[in-house]
Amino acid sequence: MSSHTLSVLVEDKPGVLARISGLISRRGFNIHSLAVGPTEHPDISRMTIVVDVESIALEQVTKQLNKLVEVLKVVELEEGASVQREVLLIKVRCDAVARSQILQLVDVFRANVVDMAPDSVIIQTTGHRDKVDAFLAALEPYGVRELVQSGVIAMGRGPRSITDRALRSA
Amino acid sequence: MTETTTAAAAASRPPTPADLAARPSQRERTVTGAQSLVLSLEALEVGTVFGIPGGAILPAYDPLLDSVKVRHVLVRHEQGAGHAATGYAAATGAVGVCMATSGPGATNLVTPLADAYMDSVPMVAITGQVASRVIGTDAFQEADIRGITMPITKHNYLVTDAADIPRALAEAFHVASTGRPGPVLVDITKDALTATTTFAWPPEIDLPGYRPVTRPHHKQIKAAAALIRQARNPVLYVGGGVIRAEASEVLRELVELTQIPVVTTLMARGAVPDSHELHLGMPGMHGSVAAVTALQKSDLLIALGTRFDDRVTGELSSFAPLAKVIHADIDPAEISKNRVADVPIVGDCKEVVRDLLTVLREDIDAGRGGDYRAWRETTAGWKRTYPLGYTAPEDESALAPQYVIERIGALTGPEATYVAGVGQHQMWAAQFVQYERPNAWLNSGGLGTMGYSVPAAMGAKAAEPDRVVWAIDGDGCFQMTNQELATCVINNIPIKVAVINNSSLGMVRQWQTLFYNERYSNTDLHTAAGGSRVPDFVKLADAYGCVGLRCERPEDVDATIRQALEINDRPVVIDFVVERDAMVWPMVPAGVSNDQVTIARAMTPVWDREDDEASEDGAAR
Repeated sequence: MSSHTLSVLVEDKPGVLARISGLISRRGFNIHSLAVGPTEHPDISRMTIVVDVESIALEQVTKQLNKLVEVLKVVELEEGASVQREVLLIKVRCDAVARSQILQLVDVFRANVVDMAPDSVIIQTTGHRDKVDAFLAALEPYGVRELVQSGVIAMGRGPRSITDRALRSA
Repeated sequence: MTETTTAAAAASRPPTPADLAARPSQRERTVTGAQSLVLSLEALEVGTVFGIPGGAILPAYDPLLDSVKVRHVLVRHEQGAGHAATGYAAATGAVGVCMATSGPGATNLVTPLADAYMDSVPMVAITGQVASRVIGTDAFQEADIRGITMPITKHNYLVTDAADIPRALAEAFHVASTGRPGPVLVDITKDALTATTTFAWPPEIDLPGYRPVTRPHHKQIKAAAALIRQARNPVLYVGGGVIRAEASEVLRELVELTQIPVVTTLMARGAVPDSHELHLGMPGMHGSVAAVTALQKSDLLIALGTRFDDRVTGELSSFAPLAKVIHADIDPAEISKNRVADVPIVGDCKEVVRDLLTVLREDIDAGRGGDYRAWRETTAGWKRTYPLGYTAPEDESALAPQYVIERIGALTGPEATYVAGVGQHQMWAAQFVQYERPNAWLNSGGLGTMGYSVPAAMGAKAAEPDRVVWAIDGDGCFQMTNQELATCVINNIPIKVAVINNSSLGMVRQWQTLFYNERYSNTDLHTAAGGSRVPDFVKLADAYGCVGLRCERPEDVDATIRQALEINDRPVVIDFVVERDAMVWPMVPAGVSNDQVTIARAMTPVWDREDDEASEDGAAR
């Protein structure tokens, strides 16, 4: 099993998220993350789906997604040829003693503190999964109280736009 | 609404968007959403709708009463409406239409929708929905039928604005009937049906993400031709897609030209005439020995409109181990789903076969055609040695179900339509009726829906009133949907029903015999055995206003069938009380290699040396 990132352009219509998530689950594919939002084109939404599958199964999930009437385009974004980002919010236990150490870690990992309370901070970080995992490991000893992740979003490198291409072929 | 629309010249096919665009646009008129729905159905040239009214769909039924173009057949259960629409579509290739109200009406369509989805039947289901302002409040008779049917429809709609009705209908018919056909559901809220709107036809179809590929790629056709040229032991493995694509005629040309042996799956019976000498029969779990073995020993499968279903392949890893695969299908997701294709071809089967014909004809004219003579002889030998057959019951006075079905086919002929339920009788009907034309055989292949037969036969007969339509049903299946006999009687749809009554859930009982030490848990239906007739099918037929006949002895079979064939003013139900222990053979048990095909209980074919050598030789060359 390996992880694959799919960019899926869909018509922005009610129920389209249910269609896609339903299809992936009933065909027995494992979703690692799914992020969805509007694009530069008002009628098109874009989903970034990270699935854990074998390559034959990946072909199958791509074909099945393409069959959905509201799906305009499915593209696999290879890791090297794309930028992949994920936003995390982490609430860490943080008393006066630990504060300076935690702030130092935040600095090293180029994260940001976005909220501070007497005994906790919320840290925001973005980046690649490897970096995030390392950061989490470093914060572990202080006590991670809450963690939320946006799911990966990704975009192909270079000047080409998949929205343009999707609209042209449509 | 009798002035209605000036629909374009009648075409039997559902119109494509191009046809619609070509038609003169109609002046906009002010109508209700419900009227807009009926006008849309008329513009789409829908002849028959099967359905039942209820609260949320009620507004639609009012203008329907005035339509002189759309005939509504009031069924007795929504499942009947769904299967009738399927039968209508499967018999003719036109889109079948059914209608139901919200909540339970809509959920009763779930089985027929799933059935049509599995067997790629073009069908549109129209359901009423509660008013849009109460959606999500658990209102009376509310069910999220769009959500429920997402996995079992090709596409579906929830329409909450009356202005969207014509477009949703036009798109639904287009999606249902093009590409790989399938069911589409249009759920319309009650307020959309009652609102005032304008109606204009044709509406603009907006489906940017729907572009089925029908033209095969020339490079793939050439690659396929190269494999066909090199093969020694090729088999045409023909599936239901050939029937849906109406490719039977060109396929026959291909068979004649190449002289390659053919097998037709359960969904493709009739795609190539059974009488054709190169036709080896049906492959799969209950396929003929020749068909199963030809696939197993083949070095090239030319798979057309078929999906390597587990009932055909048996244990997948040992299926046709020597074969390369050319796989043509209109649905790219079917290609390499179960078995990896060496040459994938995405396209409509008719076009694929036509293109193959052109290329292969050039080959043959240039003297480069493949030589399959030895293989043809080998396969013909298997066909001769292991013909389909059955052992007569030990008790000579008992009736063999296979005999009954064989006689129905023989006395009625190839122009009739045969519609089966699911189980032993279905397999015998697939084996012992001789099919000579496409669409002569309708059954629930993928989903295996017991209860399919009577309503689907009703739909087929409504579509083609001049054909004899036989529902070949089991005593279990028949009890699931026989309420539609009332619909048949009242609407003058005189189908003929042969209940192959072995007083049990026969196929399950067969498995209990073979795999559960003859422990018959919950398979006795008490419809004949031991003199208990609950219900008495003859009396039941009589109660519905059908002619009820009973046949219990072999010598009465022909006379009873002939009597049924003479009655054409109302439905006939024949209770054929048959022997209980008859089993379906040949059989490849579930999850086992097709090499283990058994021709009768504990009997596997003995391959004589020449056969093996011939095929191995062929494979090695």
